[in-house]
Amino acid sequence: MSEEVNAAAARDERPVKVEVRHLTKYFDTLHVLDDVSFDIKKGEFVCVVGPTGCGKTTFLNLLTKIYEPSEGTLKIDGELADPKKHNLAFVFQEPSSFPWLTVEENLKFGLKVKKLPADVIEQRVERIIKLLGLEEFRNVYPASLSTSTEQRVIIGRAFAMEPDLLLMDEPYGQMDIKMRFYLEDEVLRLWREIGTTVVFITHNVEEAVYLSEKILILTNKPAKIKEELVNTLPYPRNIASKDFIDLRRHVTEQIKWW
Amino acid sequence: MKKNEGKADKLGRGMGASSYTYAMLSVAGVLSFLLIWQLLLEFKLVSGRYLAKPTELILLLIYKWTNAAPDGATLPVSIWASMQVALSGLALGIVTGVPLGLLMGWFKGIDKFVNPVFEIIRPIPPISWIPLTIVWLGIGLQAKAFIIYFSAFIPCVINSYTGIKLTNKTLINVAKTSGAGNVETFYKVGIPSAMPLAFAGIRVAVGNAWSTLVAAEMLAASAGLGYMISMGRLYARPDIILLGMIVIGLIGALFNGLLSFVENRVIKWR
Repeated sequence: MSEEVNAAAARDERPVKVEVRHLTKYFDTLHVLDDVSFDIKKGEFVCVVGPTGCGKTTFLNLLTKIYEPSEGTLKIDGELADPKKHNLAFVFQEPSSFPWLTVEENLKFGLKVKKLPADVIEQRVERIIKLLGLEEFRNVYPASLSTSTEQRVIIGRAFAMEPDLLLMDEPYGQMDIKMRFYLEDEVLRLWREIGTTVVFITHNVEEAVYLSEKILILTNKPAKIKEELVNTLPYPRNIASKDFIDLRRHVTEQIKWW
Repeated sequence: MKKNEGKADKLGRGMGASSYTYAMLSVAGVLSFLLIWQLLLEFKLVSGRYLAKPTELILLLIYKWTNAAPDGATLPVSIWASMQVALSGLALGIVTGVPLGLLMGWFKGIDKFVNPVFEIIRPIPPISWIPLTIVWLGIGLQAKAFIIYFSAFIPCVINSYTGIKLTNKTLINVAKTSGAGNVETFYKVGIPSAMPLAFAGIRVAVGNAWSTLVAAEMLAASAGLGYMISMGRLYARPDIILLGMIVIGLIGALFNGLLSFVENRVIKWR
């Protein structure tokens, strides 16, 4: 596959957005990440897959600087990543809307933290509300939303930031298949509209193949990159097509650690 | 949009009775209680020397509304005296207690600095401050407000502290990854998420303040509902004592209702 990666990478002329070099993390003696290096292009949709408990979430938390790496660097636009300076957004595994804010206020949260001018905030939030069809929920508190609507709000909130890097940690892990298919398409639509660089972590191979332009396959703990796979299937993807199934099978083979 | 809208009673225990029926049930409960009380005295099952009839109490209430005898103050004067004390002590307790609890719960340095002293003051019963307070401040408004302050302050601190400690870590991470610093995260995430428990603390504080008030006034006072009760004992007038108790109960319930109202306004997102 490696020639194919190089060929595809050569065709992709987008500038490098995120540069990860030799990222390593120990928790005391527990070795979680081992010398992980890769690039993410501007506007690229990257999925990270790996066996359960391999350190996927640690990997994301390093990218957002919730944890400091033991070794290695993470650069965004050539500068060391810093949540205060760079515009990062995160969609966590657990529902993370602020229960005391209405849908609209939730969407504005990160933009207000960034102290953007009021008219920019207004404009971006209106766009997200329109894109996600949240008009009727604008002044509703999350407690009265369904789980899937709440998750749409959270995803919308992340995209409203127009982040340099959007990190999503198994955002659909706890949803049924119908909701997942629906939200996968939503996320692709927002990504295409807004042109955000996305890192999407999942343990669902089909989801990774469906969404990504590039798949990073991690090994068991301590996690290394087993394969960096460029996914050139045309969007919208057909999960029943032969190419899709072949790719899915290949990724599944690569993940197997037994 | 609301999850429960239009659905029948969730547990099905009320068999879908209307809210009017429920209100009438509550009224009937109060009336039955009073009726049993009245009948016990009418049929001489309990001696009138120890207990007054509800009907007598209503007449006494009307009488006491304008007459100062036998304890030296009309009922409105007594109520006002007690309210002043309770509300000033309570307000001070909330205004200092809630912020202190929030700060202690969020900033570790403040916690370590304040907590040892707080832990020692905490188990001291508020009424044990009475003797010292009399020495310091006499038996006026300030003295009683000071005692009540302690009874209100402590639950405010403890609940706000616990409330902010329970802030969802994911929400904190959302704020931090958006680029918020610790102080901004404190007031944008910590404080709102601590509000429900802080309110529970204020609720406890109101109860404490009101019950401590009576104790404080029974020991040292020249006016107020607690004072009226202890005068009733002095004159061997159970009706005066009962009236004092009932008025205290009613005002306590009123406070609670008022607080629920404010709480629903402030925490409208639940």
